[in-house]
Amino acid sequence: MPIPENARKYWRENIKYLTILLIIWFAVSFGCGILFKDFLNRYSLGGFKLGFWFAQQGSIYVFVILIFVYIRLMNKLDKKYGYNEK
Amino acid sequence: MDVQIWTWLLVGLSFALYFGIAIWARAGSTKEFYVAGGGVSPLANGMATAADWMSAASFISMAGIISFAGYDGSVYLMGWTGGYVLLALLLAPYLRKFGKFTVPDFIGDRYYSNTARTVAVICALIVSFTYVAGQMRGVGIVFSQFLQVEITTGVIIGMAVVLVFAFLGGMKGITYTQVAQYCVLIFAFMVPAIFISIQMTGNIIPQIGMGGRVEDGTYLLQKLDNLHTQLGFKEYTEGTKSTWDVFAITLALMAGTAGLPHVIVRFFTVPNVKDARKSAGWALLLIAILYTTAPAVSVFARTNLIETVSNQEYASLPEWFKNWENMGLIAWSDKNEDGKVQYVNGEATTGKPEFTDARGANGERIISNASSETNELYVDRDIMVLANPEIAQLPAWVIALVAAGGLAAALSTAAGLLLVISTSVSHDLIKKQLKPDISDKGELLAARISIFVAVVVAGLFGIYPPGFVAAVVALAFGLAAASFFPAIVLGIFDKRMNRQGAISGMIVGIILMLFYMIRFKTGLIGVLDPLPPSEWWFGTSPEGFGTVAMTVNVVISVIVSRLTPAPPEDVQDIVENIRIPSGAGEAHDH
Repeated sequence: MPIPENARKYWRENIKYLTILLIIWFAVSFGCGILFKDFLNRYSLGGFKLGFWFAQQGSIYVFVILIFVYIRLMNKLDKKYGYNEK
Repeated sequence: MDVQIWTWLLVGLSFALYFGIAIWARAGSTKEFYVAGGGVSPLANGMATAADWMSAASFISMAGIISFAGYDGSVYLMGWTGGYVLLALLLAPYLRKFGKFTVPDFIGDRYYSNTARTVAVICALIVSFTYVAGQMRGVGIVFSQFLQVEITTGVIIGMAVVLVFAFLGGMKGITYTQVAQYCVLIFAFMVPAIFISIQMTGNIIPQIGMGGRVEDGTYLLQKLDNLHTQLGFKEYTEGTKSTWDVFAITLALMAGTAGLPHVIVRFFTVPNVKDARKSAGWALLLIAILYTTAPAVSVFARTNLIETVSNQEYASLPEWFKNWENMGLIAWSDKNEDGKVQYVNGEATTGKPEFTDARGANGERIISNASSETNELYVDRDIMVLANPEIAQLPAWVIALVAAGGLAAALSTAAGLLLVISTSVSHDLIKKQLKPDISDKGELLAARISIFVAVVVAGLFGIYPPGFVAAVVALAFGLAAASFFPAIVLGIFDKRMNRQGAISGMIVGIILMLFYMIRFKTGLIGVLDPLPPSEWWFGTSPEGFGTVAMTVNVVISVIVSRLTPAPPEDVQDIVENIRIPSGAGEAHDH
């Protein structure tokens, strides 16, 4: 069965969104919270050292935002390609 | 009213509620039993997923562990929340579109092979049993602490309660009970945290209070770092693990979270793909409330503990200290014989404290295995959340509330896991392999019998924990990461992935992980004692080894799949089909 052009384009845009969102996911947790923690700890956010804040607070907030952004993007994408239901 | 009466009252009321719901939501068909009829709203499913996810370990142990580990504790915070991003973006929508009941269903169909299905069932059983054994123990401990009974009695009460929920309602009963349990547990976690945050920093929001100032104007975290430095501990915000190990553990926990069968199955219960995405979002939001509060609780509890006990006369210590000492979860030996508690870096005892019947000069319980180090105090990490309200002198009803919350957390998780185990047996093994012509009624009966057997086995693990169970519970994540996660993700995103690749990857991944776990945690292979950290491969702890095993799984899957024929046309069509969200229909059988 050949893949319809519509589906192929939809999938490509989906992959693009995933890549961007996962780069952010990686950057806030593994980047800011782990790999660059010592560097960021030189700065502070209120009473928090910045790297420590990312590891124990910031990354989690960003995770929640990422999923809700993803939901929005995908709902729009579904509509654009006529895959939305209801 | 005293704490005991409040406890009975609150635990009793919450249980009456759970039972009421379980009876109201009885399951009549296998579909209701396995996936709650596929008609659960995204918010309700999000709450149920959150309750399912947050176990006794999250509720009771996590804040305590972070309290003692400081920055190193971040691996749990990021690992157990970041996994939901992977789940929401890479798995949930596609598995919902695929629309079968279980993870082995997906593996079996996508890799057009009963061998793959069997490997997946075995992986699911290993992962779930490893995980549930720890939960039943947790249930037992909570019951025994709050109802003042032996741990064994506690486990048996817990078994009976879980059985009633799971038996009656299946997934439907469990889902709606978990919604109630989420409300109880989050309320019970937040109330003491808010009280203590106001007490210590004047801020009503614990997440902000954690970075706030204490009475004398210094920042709380700065103060805690200073206390740590004075007492010879590593600074609280720094940690002692290597960067690589923190990285590896976090990644293993994330991938493991996304690969845990009892979490994935949740996304089969919503009506369509759009709702599957939405409910992953709700689940993480609801989980994040607890996971961002926990590190604040850790900081409050740690500071309070040090200030209350350090360099104080034993005789003048508050009541809670002696209560927990009587339960054997705090131990003090007056090594320099000054009558004061010296709490500094180092192990106070060699291993867990061993108490004798004698009392010392100050009235303390004498321990027989005090170490030669200066530190005099042993504190069990599991008591931090339970003791926190007492340490902060909060009212009795708050202390009782924590009991009800701990029970809600432990029971909801145990019930969800047992359901996965019974589904694996009745659906994946009996229906799909041994006896395909079994009737719906027969399958439902088989599911209920296997739940019964699973509860009994899990209960036995809880009553007679083999030494290695406690050590391997956290490793269930490594196992899930090393087996399912790559097979599912590749199955969706790599159309060329075939049977040979996926099966060899899963087998090598889980065997490698099991080997490393057993080798470095139990010493059953090769030597008598578990090997010391200096022997770890590339300095990777067993907890973080899931990352390595997962990478090996992926590499092997890809190489083997490219050397063997492409999957058949109709399987490639399945992949095309699940990539498109519309037309999911209800979760269905074949």
